[in-house]
Amino acid sequence: MTSRLSLCTLFALLMFGAAPAVVAAGPNDACYTCHTDADVKAGSGRPASLDPAKFVASVHGGKRGTCIGCHEDAETADGALHAAKLKPVSCANCHEDAVGEYAATAHGKARAGGNQVAASCGDCHGSPHAVLPASNPKSRTNHANLEATCGSCHGNDKLVQQARLPGGNIQAKYHDSIHGRLIRGNDSYSVVAPTCTSCHGAHSILSKKEAASKVSHANVPDTCGSCHQREHMVFDQGKHGALQHAGDKTAPVCSDCHSAHTIERASQSAWKVAVVGQCGGCHDDYVTSYRQTYHGKVTDLGFSEIATCASCHGAHDVRPASDPLSTISAANRLQTCRQCHKQASASFASWDPHPRPTDRSRDPVLYYANIGMNVLLAGVFLFFGLHTLLWAYRSIADALKRRRGGGSQGQEEN
Amino acid sequence: MSGSMTVSPGAVAGSGARAGRYYRRFGPLERLMHAGMMFSFIGCALSGVPLLFPYAGWARSIAALMGGFGGAALVHRSCAILMGVVFVAHIFQFLWRGLASPSILTVLWGPNSLVPQWKDATDLYQHTKYFLGKGPRPKFDRYTYWEKFDYMAVFWGMFIIGGSGLLLWFFEPLSAWLPGWVFNIATLVHGHEALLAVGFIFTIHFFNGHLRIEKFPMDPVIFTGRISEHELMDERPLEYARLVREGRLQEIADTPPSHASMVVAYVVGGTGLALGLLTIFLMIFSLVAH
Repeated sequence: MTSRLSLCTLFALLMFGAAPAVVAAGPNDACYTCHTDADVKAGSGRPASLDPAKFVASVHGGKRGTCIGCHEDAETADGALHAAKLKPVSCANCHEDAVGEYAATAHGKARAGGNQVAASCGDCHGSPHAVLPASNPKSRTNHANLEATCGSCHGNDKLVQQARLPGGNIQAKYHDSIHGRLIRGNDSYSVVAPTCTSCHGAHSILSKKEAASKVSHANVPDTCGSCHQREHMVFDQGKHGALQHAGDKTAPVCSDCHSAHTIERASQSAWKVAVVGQCGGCHDDYVTSYRQTYHGKVTDLGFSEIATCASCHGAHDVRPASDPLSTISAANRLQTCRQCHKQASASFASWDPHPRPTDRSRDPVLYYANIGMNVLLAGVFLFFGLHTLLWAYRSIADALKRRRGGGSQGQEEN
Repeated sequence: MSGSMTVSPGAVAGSGARAGRYYRRFGPLERLMHAGMMFSFIGCALSGVPLLFPYAGWARSIAALMGGFGGAALVHRSCAILMGVVFVAHIFQFLWRGLASPSILTVLWGPNSLVPQWKDATDLYQHTKYFLGKGPRPKFDRYTYWEKFDYMAVFWGMFIIGGSGLLLWFFEPLSAWLPGWVFNIATLVHGHEALLAVGFIFTIHFFNGHLRIEKFPMDPVIFTGRISEHELMDERPLEYARLVREGRLQEIADTPPSHASMVVAYVVGGTGLALGLLTIFLMIFSLVAH
């Protein structure tokens, strides 16, 4: 039915020269006579054809968009052909602000520095003949599509390697993160979950090394905090937040513990035990001593039912033991133990959760117990190890002698 | 010592008439206790060793196989209870045997006792000389010095590992009476003692008791309870001579172990050996690789 209808329409078009509904007689008809032919090439050799339907549907087409609006030098006297080579069209002719912003971004600077693969307008927005508003679900710059758009470079292993893009294949990291999953609606769906531009900005993307970057060390808490407001507030009250506000570059911010692109749901078992390693990045000796305890060993095995760093120290508002508000302050410590150990008594809380058997001043009994046990182990294994080796040597030597001698003589007779 | 009574095993070895004679070395209770000890020890080792090597992939697999953190703890404590039962049963058996014999000294001293004595020191010295090819093999009685060491290590180990284990198991209620540092010591001691016990049993005991060339691949005597006359005379000539002298040899004469009991011995013992050797291999691998 439909195919016959469209065939009829086409026939009518050819016979009477009437334009179809989508490309109603308009200012671009003259252009379309050539530029709908897929073989038409520009002077540069690049294809110079377009799909009028797509152009009309684009923000540039609309009801009144004209070709000569951008390709000004294509306007000729009636019937004449325009020059073989037209001037390149600058987006800045109309989008002056956006192009100005772009020039200051990491992409703009790279491009200005001669990097030909650094993203320019069209790399993100697509062809100007088909560009759609970001609100359109089919737009390359729609919230849900940005992962793929940015990923066309930052998810392309070959390009990542050749252009040495910072952070490696970021799309691969982001794709299965809690943010990426929320946008796709994998387990639950969120229209506000952040995509690339939510954290990095669009026409304001800067290297994290630049102070003004939304993802610079100083700005990460504000950027994440624009959604995670409660965590931001709590973080500011803790030791890490205080250090960060004081300008300490080594203070951990959100991304140091949660990572930037592979962020997982904090309730995930695997993440809960893995984050101990992140704490250890700075608090190395505390993690080493924690690993001496049952807590540290069980979590090292990958089970999260038992205390990790955050269970006792809190997560976003870590405070030193000297702070009365700390979960491990003298006054609060027992209450912290009782989160899990309901029967815990005051002496229970005097147990050392970070034992250091080689530090005599911290706990002399533990220090000597460790030495005693090590001496016992070394003594037994050295003595019986040697005993076993000598015996094995004698057994084998005797067995060989018996075989060679062919006799059944017992060793007693030597 | 009792040299005049020693029978030359060389003369016996070729004698077909005695080849089929067997004597009872271990009674049913002793065999059962060794089996219980072995089962519970391997269970405790497999469920506990992952905590000593938590960074190793195999440790994670074993723990996951036992149902994770809770499952491994359940296996460990169940096996610990069984080991405790074996230990208590042994104490009762020891007391009963002591009371039943004419003097308590027979279980605490002399050739039938597992208590180390002067002869063990001289045996060790002689045995070492024999290893170096500088003397004859010493003549052993019912229990050799290395068997006594195995026994005493387990006996005292029970107090150390059992005591620290109970402290760690019931630390919440016990903390009302005990200071916190006691549990730090208990953790350290339990782990080190476990490393010692597992390392010792799965290498030294395995070699001394089973894997050395004379016994390879294993000695089934602890499972069947029976020892051949040739082995008794060759390995424990003093005991043999004593039994002959006291006229008690016929009392413990027994039929050769049945085919079925040998199959059970090799299957059970072989499984234990394989699990132990696998564990020790993984432990050494991780110690070297880490």
